[in-house]
Amino acid sequence: MGKLFDFHGGVKPQTHKQHSTREPIAVAPLPDLLVVPLHQSIGGTPHPLVQAGESVMKGQRIGAADGNVSAAVHAPTSGQVIAVEPRVMTHTSGLPMLSVVIESDGEEAWVAPEPVNYRSTPPDEIRDQLRDAGVVGLGGAVFPSHLKLNAGKDMPMTLVLNGAECEPYITCDDMLMRERAQDIVRGGRIMRDMLGAGQVLIGIEDNKPEAAAAMRAAVAALGEDMRVIVVPTRYPAGGAKQLIRSLTGIEVPHSKRSTDFGVQCFNVGTAYAIHQAIDLGRPLISRIVTVSGNVERPRNYEVLFGTPMSHLLQLAGAKPDTDRTLMGGPMMGYLMPNPDVPVVKATNCVIAGSRALFPPSPPEMPCIRCTACVEVCPADLQPHEMYWFARARNFGKAQEYHLFDCIECGCCAYVCPSHIPLVDYYRFAKTEIWAREREKEAADQARARFEFRNLREERDQQEKTAKLAAKTAASRQTAEKRVAPKPSAIADARPAAIEAAHAEGTVASAPALSVDPKKALIEAAIERARKQREAIAPKNTENLSEAQKAEIAEIEARRAKIREMAKTHDEDASK
Amino acid sequence: MNNSPYIRQPASVQTVMLKVLLALLPGIGAYVWLFGAGVLVNLAIASAAALAGEALMLKARGRPLDIYLADLSAVVTAWLIVLTFPPIVPWWLTVAATLFAIVIVKQLYGGLGQNPFNPAMAAYAIMIVAFPALISQWPHSGLDFATQLDLIRGGSRNIDAITGATPLDALRTGLRQAVTPMTVQQVIAGGPAFGVLGGKGWEWIAGCYLLGGLWLWQQRVITWHLPLAFLAGIAVFAGALWGIDPGAFASPLFHLVSGGTLLGAFFIVTDPVSGATTPRGKLIFAVGVALITVIIRTFGAYPDGIAFAVLLMNICVPLIDMKTQPPVFGHKDD
Ligand code: SF4
Ligand code: SF4
Repeated sequence: MGKLFDFHGGVKPQTHKQHSTREPIAVAPLPDLLVVPLHQSIGGTPHPLVQAGESVMKGQRIGAADGNVSAAVHAPTSGQVIAVEPRVMTHTSGLPMLSVVIESDGEEAWVAPEPVNYRSTPPDEIRDQLRDAGVVGLGGAVFPSHLKLNAGKDMPMTLVLNGAECEPYITCDDMLMRERAQDIVRGGRIMRDMLGAGQVLIGIEDNKPEAAAAMRAAVAALGEDMRVIVVPTRYPAGGAKQLIRSLTGIEVPHSKRSTDFGVQCFNVGTAYAIHQAIDLGRPLISRIVTVSGNVERPRNYEVLFGTPMSHLLQLAGAKPDTDRTLMGGPMMGYLMPNPDVPVVKATNCVIAGSRALFPPSPPEMPCIRCTACVEVCPADLQPHEMYWFARARNFGKAQEYHLFDCIECGCCAYVCPSHIPLVDYYRFAKTEIWAREREKEAADQARARFEFRNLREERDQQEKTAKLAAKTAASRQTAEKRVAPKPSAIADARPAAIEAAHAEGTVASAPALSVDPKKALIEAAIERARKQREAIAPKNTENLSEAQKAEIAEIEARRAKIREMAKTHDEDASK
Repeated sequence: MNNSPYIRQPASVQTVMLKVLLALLPGIGAYVWLFGAGVLVNLAIASAAALAGEALMLKARGRPLDIYLADLSAVVTAWLIVLTFPPIVPWWLTVAATLFAIVIVKQLYGGLGQNPFNPAMAAYAIMIVAFPALISQWPHSGLDFATQLDLIRGGSRNIDAITGATPLDALRTGLRQAVTPMTVQQVIAGGPAFGVLGGKGWEWIAGCYLLGGLWLWQQRVITWHLPLAFLAGIAVFAGALWGIDPGAFASPLFHLVSGGTLLGAFFIVTDPVSGATTPRGKLIFAVGVALITVIIRTFGAYPDGIAFAVLLMNICVPLIDMKTQPPVFGHKDD
């Protein structure tokens, strides 16, 4: 067993894991209707490849990756596409997102699988295959996996498989390791070879002895050289950075990629998905989801993407006092806008919540500088200082105290005796800093346009004077010739249009610039999706007090004013 | 709750303060055993005054009374004031000190969590400057409860009959006698105030504070940094002086069990609000308090120096915290 490196801080909330590991993984029955959102990973929104009325096969690609930083989306079952339209997405904001709605025909008729022999295929092709199979990180980050599978350049690589699963309630990785350990190892083998990794470390928390045993047995059975390392149970031991530190002693700083330090970390579920995609040629259309919390029969299900969460809650027998649905664990999970939102690639756990299970927080008190938060912060931050500056809206100072190194794990808020929603303050500060940066960019652009307009007015003035002179000259000649149209009018029209588009931030996908009507339609859809994504960002602040809301409103008003200013300049400019 | 985390550890300011109060109980028990029950009367008076002062100010500042009174932080301040005062101070002194601590040092600076100075120590410092005699009069052990009560009610004081010197005081007086200065050993051997380790009986009180303090540490209410650095600082600085001239300076052990050293280590230096918060900052803060304490005890005119030492270091806290920011995850080699 390898030497373990400790990470600072962490907390030990009740795990509640025993409830959902009593029964083996069950396949969730096929729902009648599946709503598959196109945007399910970090990166670009996939382009829809199907239209309403088309019939699809199980595993057929219905969304093509948008560039390389994206991942394809597939039909989870066979049936008929009844709509391609915005539906409420799997996000706290409850905003709509372009989704493919499929009515299942109950046949479960697969497209022909396209397995690949990864040993004899060039790595680039394997990466393309993974992208087109829609494989993304299944630990919750949903980062496209093919982007992380490049061979290390000048240092020996270590592959870390993350089976720590530290969040309370969640047991999907645990059960997957218990039941399908060999397939995980097979996926790990592909990753190892693609990375050219010298060693493979599989990290598992010590509250999952069955999983660790199963993984050890699988490694031995397949004759692989991988080490299963058991780490102490302590949230957030399964955070990628914390696990990398525990297993290798390497600390990957914020904004740096772990590859630069010779480590790459994947969730065990992702390894399983990679095995499916490469060895079996099956795209990612389902995952293991823990259904737990306020339910009669907590359990893990293999669930098709697009299945409504309510379908799972019904299976598990949600109790009558259930009043909310969470996706993910109680430390970092998200409140869902309603129980009917679909399971997506990021859905590792669905928790039925109730007032009894998650009692409302007692009133917020002032910080007493007790440093309980400092003791538990796995990023070695000073949470109370960041809170102080975020609250005072001294964002520069908050950044100086490394606000952006905060991983929002929630340990600080979990222990704070003053019940301060610390993470909300950090989210608020981050959002505000991003907004200010955007604002500044917009203001800079507005100023540039303003200066440009002055310049042009000057030029127009000169042109007018010149024309007047010419006219005077012309009038002396015969009046038979017609006056030619002002050349500068044509020259001006195009840049003005582009600029107007620029002001809306749409220059790349402005429909006016597309010729092909179908492409334009797609672009418009993508544009809508992008706007929705942007609109989500400030939604992190819902939990703030009235006073804070007022402050935010004030900031919004100020922003609106700047937008207004920018618009006026635009209008001026395009006159 | 709309945002994560959706669960919290069952902790509150109230439980933190309650634990501090509980941890003080063994020390108070030893105190009563040594000096009689007068201190209990003072604790009651101070608690009432603290809550009344807090309530008044909260009302004036338009803050909710129920939440803030129930946080018990005012009671902790009140108890600490009483435990640093002699048990026979008149009631109005206790009330004045408590109100000063709560109204001026705490609430006028913004209430819970906002005060830059340790309220109990500020009150102690003001009172010892204003009423040096009253704060130096410790009863000799065994003074009966009726007399204590009378003194607390403001009865006239026949000082010599009722008071004895504290060990620190006796030592100071002995060492500084103009005519025949004694050595530490002579003072201790001859004085009724001294026990086996330090002051007679004081070592029991000190031991009980240590017990309570260790429990607080075990309960994770305090971290080891502050008490350990403070005690180590006292031992090292007192030890250095003692090493120079054991005849002229008291031993480190004497310092450790005398006066408010252990009360200070676990209950006063550890005040979260007015102290440093970074791990290294805590060490610097505590060592600073220790150094100033030993200096004042040895060379100053006041019976104990912890209060002034804490206040002086309180002033330095913003600077200490700023200069001792620990490296964050992934930036340790920067
Ligand atoms: S845990 Fe809460 S009260 Fe304690 S220092 Fe941190 S923010 Fe302040
Ligand atoms: S949420 Fe941020 S500040 Fe709080 S403990 Fe986690 S990393 Fe530290």
